Amino acid sequence: MIAFENVAYSYGGGELLSEVTLKLAPGSFHFLTGPSGSGKTTFLKLCYGDLLPTSGRVTLFDREVRTLARDDIARMRRRMGVVHQDCQFLDHLPVAANVLLPLSVSGRAGSPDDLRDLLAWVGLGPLAGALPPQLSGGERQRAALARAVIMGPEVILADEPTGNVDWDMSLRLLTLLVELNRMGKTVLVATHDMNLIRATKAQVQARVLRIAQRRVTLAGADL
Amino acid sequence: MNAAPPVQRPRGVGGALVRLAAGLREADRVVPPAGASAWLTTFTAAAMAFLAVFALALSLAAGRLADRWGDALARTATVRIAAPADQVEAQVAAVIDVLTTTPGVAGARALTPEETTRLLEPWFGPGLPLDRLPVPRLVELTEADPGYDGEGLRLRLAAEAPGAVLDDHTRWRRPLANAAGPPRVLGGLSIGLIGAAFAAMITLAAAAALAANAQVIRVLRLIGARDAWIARAFVRRFTLRAAAGAAAGAAAGTLAVALLPAADAAGGFLTGLAFSGAGWLLPLALPPAAAVVAFAATRAAAFRTLKELP
Repeated sequence: MIAFENVAYSYGGGELLSEVTLKLAPGSFHFLTGPSGSGKTTFLKLCYGDLLPTSGRVTLFDREVRTLARDDIARMRRRMGVVHQDCQFLDHLPVAANVLLPLSVSGRAGSPDDLRDLLAWVGLGPLAGALPPQLSGGERQRAALARAVIMGPEVILADEPTGNVDWDMSLRLLTLLVELNRMGKTVLVATHDMNLIRATKAQVQARVLRIAQRRVTLAGADL
Repeated sequence: MNAAPPVQRPRGVGGALVRLAAGLREADRVVPPAGASAWLTTFTAAAMAFLAVFALALSLAAGRLADRWGDALARTATVRIAAPADQVEAQVAAVIDVLTTTPGVAGARALTPEETTRLLEPWFGPGLPLDRLPVPRLVELTEADPGYDGEGLRLRLAAEAPGAVLDDHTRWRRPLANAAGPPRVLGGLSIGLIGAAFAAMITLAAAAALAANAQVIRVLRLIGARDAWIARAFVRRFTLRAAAGAAAGAAAGTLAVALLPAADAAGGFLTGLAFSGAGWLLPLALPPAAAVVAFAATRAAAFRTLKELP
């Protein structure tokens, strides 16, 4: 589904990631952890084609990302749901319109019933008409999650989805991601919150990837 | 979460225009409402269309003037007879005889002394003692269709009436017709320059709008929008603004042209700027033309800018 083969990525001369080789199998649940600035967001950007590796190969859905045209990248992203750290909303559109955007850009019509069900699932039913700046941090993250899953993606990538929310809301968001994984979605969550990882591992068979010293390694059972 | 199947839509440039006309607004609303730049685009389109109406009117009027001068001078010619007083009448008769038997000449008649006096009045004033001056007699001929052979007629006149000189106004007609040519070309050139300036302005405005909305474009790219879909939002907006502005400008320009004082009263020799006949319909072409220019300019600018973005 997503495969890295000896991937390296450099920012302006400094190497951030090096010799990364891994595969995310369909239906798996992974955490990606590491200290702030270690390259978690960069890793995720490589996963959805926002960055190209400096060397090595990134394969998305069996296609090498470097060979993809711009329109191919766009089509690939429709098969992935991404929850960005800063949510990336269009602030002039209400929550419902933001959630429906992936359908709009792919030329599909959304069903009002499906939208209502989805917003209820993330607990935002009454806020469908609110503008993103009017939402709290947790509400924004849940709206971002709703937008990420509206296309029925095969992969869900979440970048620090609990970064700005309290513990209860963090657990609630992770529970939603676990539910999606049980529906067969591949989930990768970047977080530096070890307590959250431990709490989630009680619910789902999750593997933990750790970024340290530019390498991505599989963490041990101590987590 | 189960999405409906993709909506079938027409493809290609024609398809893009169809979608634009059909008013599919989902792409349009993702771009935040603009402020002053929207009004500037509309105002510039209006100003350009207003100027284009005048350039169009100038071009058409110049063409009309050239045709009118050419036609008026080409329809008639004169034969000037300068001969000793005792031979004048005989040569006039000979000239008329030659003319009436010349193929391509519809008619010929000698100007009366009163008509000759009126012709000379602008230069010599009233009360000209024509009988005491050696003024040549004039014979006016009207050309048929097809016309006569000028060189052949000159040779016959030289043989039958040695004092007769055919003046077919070629010397006058050619410079006049030539003089009307440059304004006509200038009018066409002005329309071309207005169109080019308009395209450049729309390109700059579209590029500015794209730069101002870089974050919106980034979000759209991240959720899987293709460049064509993003471009459509900007293309639709600029095309509609340009068409609306050009419609207002063309209407104002046409009204202004209609209100210009007529110059036809100046002896039928000049012409006003006003359109004539079907010419009044030409300004109707300006809004669609502006829309097409805006569509092409914005589309090109959008794709160029989007390709530079990640």
